[in-house]
Amino acid sequence: MLQLVVFSLLNGLVYGMLLFMLSSGLTLIFGMMGVLNFAHASFYMLGAYFAYTLSQHLGFFPALLLAPVLVGLLGALVERHGLRRVHRFGHLAELIFTFGVAIVVGEIVQLVWGRPAKSYQVPAVLDVPLFRLWSSSFPAYKAFMLVIAILIFGFIFVVLTRTRAGLIIQASLTHPQMVAMLGHNVPRVFMIVFGIGSALAAVAGVIAGPVLGTFPGMAEVLGSIVFVVVVIGGLGSVTGAFVASLLIGIVQTFAVALNGSFGDALLAVGVPESASGPLHDVWKVTVAQVAPVLPYVLLVAMLIVRPTGLFGTRET
Amino acid sequence: MRTWTRLLLLVIVLAVVAGVPSHATPADPIRIAFVDPLSGPFAATGENGLNQFKYAADGINKAGGVLGRQLEIVGFDNKVSPQESLIQLKKVIGENIQFVFQGNSSGVAHAISDAVQKNNERDAANRILYLNYSAVDPALTNEKCQYWHFRFDAHSDMKMAALTDVIAANKSIKKVYIIGQDYSFGKAVAEAAVTMLGKKRPDIQIVGNELHPIGKVKDFSPYVQKIVAAGADTVITGNWGADMVGLAKAANDGGLKVPFYTYYAASDGITAAIGAAGIDRIRLVHETHPGNPNAPKALGDYITGYRKLHPQNDVNQPRINTGLNMLAQAIKRAGTTDVDKVAAALEGAEFTTLGGDHVVMRKEDHQLQMPVYISVHTNKNIKYDLDASGYGLSLEHKVEREKAMQPTTCKMQRPA
Repeated sequence: MLQLVVFSLLNGLVYGMLLFMLSSGLTLIFGMMGVLNFAHASFYMLGAYFAYTLSQHLGFFPALLLAPVLVGLLGALVERHGLRRVHRFGHLAELIFTFGVAIVVGEIVQLVWGRPAKSYQVPAVLDVPLFRLWSSSFPAYKAFMLVIAILIFGFIFVVLTRTRAGLIIQASLTHPQMVAMLGHNVPRVFMIVFGIGSALAAVAGVIAGPVLGTFPGMAEVLGSIVFVVVVIGGLGSVTGAFVASLLIGIVQTFAVALNGSFGDALLAVGVPESASGPLHDVWKVTVAQVAPVLPYVLLVAMLIVRPTGLFGTRET
Repeated sequence: MRTWTRLLLLVIVLAVVAGVPSHATPADPIRIAFVDPLSGPFAATGENGLNQFKYAADGINKAGGVLGRQLEIVGFDNKVSPQESLIQLKKVIGENIQFVFQGNSSGVAHAISDAVQKNNERDAANRILYLNYSAVDPALTNEKCQYWHFRFDAHSDMKMAALTDVIAANKSIKKVYIIGQDYSFGKAVAEAAVTMLGKKRPDIQIVGNELHPIGKVKDFSPYVQKIVAAGADTVITGNWGADMVGLAKAANDGGLKVPFYTYYAASDGITAAIGAAGIDRIRLVHETHPGNPNAPKALGDYITGYRKLHPQNDVNQPRINTGLNMLAQAIKRAGTTDVDKVAAALEGAEFTTLGGDHVVMRKEDHQLQMPVYISVHTNKNIKYDLDASGYGLSLEHKVEREKAMQPTTCKMQRPA
C-alpha cells in the first residue's frame, strides 16, 4: 500500500510538472493577450518532432536546447505575421486563427513525418532505473523531467518578479494600455511572450515525446487538459498554473490507483447495492474508470464556485 | 455473291469496331469502401490498414482483376467514432459503393452492422455488404449476428481460448492482471479471460481487472504501478494502437518485468517502442503465421513486396489479403457484383491464405474459421522484422482450425 502511495505521488508529480510546462506558457499568453491559444499544444507537438529529428543527428541534449529555440522563433513569427494582423479584428478572429494554426500544424506534421508513431527514445544515459523501491523502479528519466520542470518554474519566477522585463510583462497583463502609454512597445512584448510561451511548450514536447509517445495525435491528447489547468489556476497566473497542474496530476494519478466504486461508497454510508435496474452499471463504475473525467468535474466546480480560478484576479 | 461477301465483311468490320472499345477501355472499377480512422490518435493504425488494402487490391488487379474489372479501394475517415461512421456510411451509399470494409473498434462495428442491416431491409435495390476484417467482439457473430456481416478475423473468444490454453499449461503463472480499453471489445476480452481461466486453471488468481478510457490515457504509469502493487506475475491486455504503445512504454519504465499476453502488441510503432525490454516477454495472439521463423514463401514474398512500397510499415493484418481475395472470389463465382448473390457466394466459401492455412467462412454465423497463432516478441532469427526495428514476432504455438473453432449462438435471419 505504501509502495502504491509513494509511486503514485511521484508519478503524479511528474505528470503535474509536465502539465505545468505546457500550461505556464499558455497562461501567460492567455492572461496577456486575452487569446485562447488553441495552437499551444501544437507547439508542444512540434517540439517533440523537431527534437526527434535533431536527436538523430546531434544527440538528445543538443536537441533539448535547439528544438525549443526553433519552435520559439516559429511561435514569434506566427505572432508577428499572423496573430498581430488578426488582432485588430478582435478576440473571435484571434481564436479562429489559432484554431486554424493548430489544424495546419497537425497536417504538416503528418505530411513531413507520416502518421505512424515515431520511435523517439529516451537517451541511453537516462534510460536506467534511478532507484528501486520494493518491487518497482523509478526511471532516471522521470527524475530528469522533474528537474527540468523545476528549473523552468524557477526561471519564469525569477524573470517575472526580479527583472525589468518581468515588470513590464506583469504590467501588460493587467494594464496593457497604460504600459503602451508609458512608451513601451507592447506588440513586441506580446511577440516575445508568445515566442517564449511556444518555446516552453516545445520543452515539454522534447522531454515528454519519449515517454508519452511522438505521434500526430499527441497534441489533441494533451490539448484540452491544459485549458483546464489554466482555468482552474486562474487566467494569467503562473503560480495558479503551477498549483493547478500539481493538483490535477496528483488527483488523477491517485484516482487511477483507487479500486472503489460508487456502489462501495454508497454501501459505506448505508445505501444497499441495487443488483438490477438501470442504475446497476453506474454502481459498478470504479473511481479508476472516472479518473480522466475528474479534471473536467473540477473545472465545472471551479467555474461555479470561483470563476476567477484559484489565483486569478480577473474574469475575462 | 459479291454483295453478300461485302455485306458480311461490313458486318464483321462493324462488329470488330463496335467490339473493340468495350475490350480496350477498361470497364468501371469495382469500388470498395474502407471506413476506418484516417486522422486522430488511431490514424497510424487506419493508414497502414488502407495501404494494405491497396496493396492487396494491386495484387488482384495485376492478376487480371475481377470479371474483367479492376478493384479500387476508397478510404473514408470515421475517426473511430460510431456517429461519424454512420455519416461516412451514408456517403458510401451515396457514391453507389456496395462493399464496405471496416475493422478498428468493435464499438464502430456494432454501429455499422446495425445501419447496414436496416439499410438492406429498407432498400433492397441498394444493398451493401459489411466485411469486417478486424473488429473481434464475439457478439458480432453471436447474439448480434446478421446476414450482411462477414468477419475475416478470429473473434476474441477464439483468441482467448488459445491464450488461456498456453497460460494454463504454464504452471509458474499464479496471479493474472487483466487490463483493457473501456468499450465492448475490452469488456469481452476481460470477461472471456475470467471465465476461461476459471475453467482451465481455477487455482489462478485474477488480481486485477481494469478498464481504462480508450484513446484518452496520457501516461500509463499509474496503471503499471497498480499492476506492480497487485503482485501480478502475468498481464493480459487487448489494448491496441496508441493505448498499447503507452502501456508498453510505462511497463518498461516502471520496471514491470512480467510476461504480457496481448492481442495487438506489434507494429505501428509498438514493436519499436517495446524494443529490447520485451524480448521473450511479450506474446501476441493473432490469425496468421508471423513470418518467423520459416515463413511460407507466398507470405514472405508478400511481406517483401509491401516493405518495398512502405519501408516503415508492416503487413500486420494479413487477414486484409484474405478478406479482399475471398470477396473477389465470391464476386467471380456470383458472376456479378449484386450484393445478394455475392453474400450467398461468400457463405461457406473456402480459401487458402498466404500463410498456407485452409480457412472456411462458416454459414451459421459468417465467422471465418481459421487457425490461431501465438508468437513472441524477439530479435533472434527474425527474417521479417516489424517497424524496421530488428525486432519481430516468432511463432511459438499454433492452434489448428478445428481446435480453434468456437460454438455460436447465432440464429441468422436470412433474406426471403
